[in-house]
Amino acid sequence: MTAQPRGGARSDWPLWEVFIRARNGLHHAHVGSVHAVDAEMAVGNARDVYTRRGEGVSIWVVPSTEIVASDPADKGSLFEPALDKIYRHPTFYEIPDGVGNI
Amino acid sequence: MSATSDLSSAAGQQTLADGCLVLSHRLSEWMSKAPTMEEDIALGNIALDLLGQARGLLSHIGDQVGVSEDQLAYFRDPADFRNPLICELPNGDYGHTILRQLFVDCWLAQVWPVLAATAPDEVVRGVAEKAVKENAYHLRHSSAWVVRLGDGTDESRRRMVAALDALWPYRGELAVDGWYDRVESVLTEATLPLPARDAWTQRTSSDGWHTEHLGYLLAEMQSLARAHPGATW
Repeated sequence: MTAQPRGGARSDWPLWEVFIRARNGLHHAHVGSVHAVDAEMAVGNARDVYTRRGEGVSIWVVPSTEIVASDPADKGSLFEPALDKIYRHPTFYEIPDGVGNI
Repeated sequence: MSATSDLSSAAGQQTLADGCLVLSHRLSEWMSKAPTMEEDIALGNIALDLLGQARGLLSHIGDQVGVSEDQLAYFRDPADFRNPLICELPNGDYGHTILRQLFVDCWLAQVWPVLAATAPDEVVRGVAEKAVKENAYHLRHSSAWVVRLGDGTDESRRRMVAALDALWPYRGELAVDGWYDRVESVLTEATLPLPARDAWTQRTSSDGWHTEHLGYLLAEMQSLARAHPGATW
């Protein structure tokens, strides 16, 4: 048997971002990433890596290359203007107990 | 064994329980060494599913004769095991492991639904019902890999053809009704050759005969329990 590269991620396998919905009614949340050669394998790998302990009822996978990110250098102009506008936070009224996840 | 109905018998359940237990141990040998991290975890999940199925059946079998599942798993000798011989074969390369998995998954895919519907015992039906869902995922996983590797590169195909040559004689204990159709449809999609259904088959383990490999496997699997009988943690 010839030697094979072992362990770790295969650099020639594309990276996929994984989003899991923990329960019906919640939104999908980013949990991490997996390597996989195609979408079907990515869903399978995500299932094996991220839902082993009953964490989810639904999985999304997205090619990492399709994620468009904001530029960290724009942090000031994008996010700081929101810091001094507390009236945008929904903390000025009571949420009735009967309301579920918002 | 040619009919799935045989599996409701005590001997049939012993074959199932031991097959799941031994194959689970073989798969666990891949831990930390699988080709990718994702596959490492996938094989670990499958090994744990198989272990759970084995435990369900072994504790049921043990209840009939008043011994624990641990007694059956750790204190029987090779000649007392009735697993299909293919389950005890060494892992070989990844293609070999995954083709063996396909063969066993196809066997269990025929067996579990029958047991879930017809087993006289409620416990066995319960084990089988849970196993049906687990097996569906295992079969999807092994089928996808066999297709990928069989219809992959020259090297992956060469390895899959070699694995097929090596494992085909061990199909006899697995080839219940419907098994060939399942396996052949995957092999066809993988563009692999279809070996003859009536080709020579290895003998079975029904009289306690095994390959030389089971003794070494059990030595490792049982050593801790035998060194510290009755230990708990």
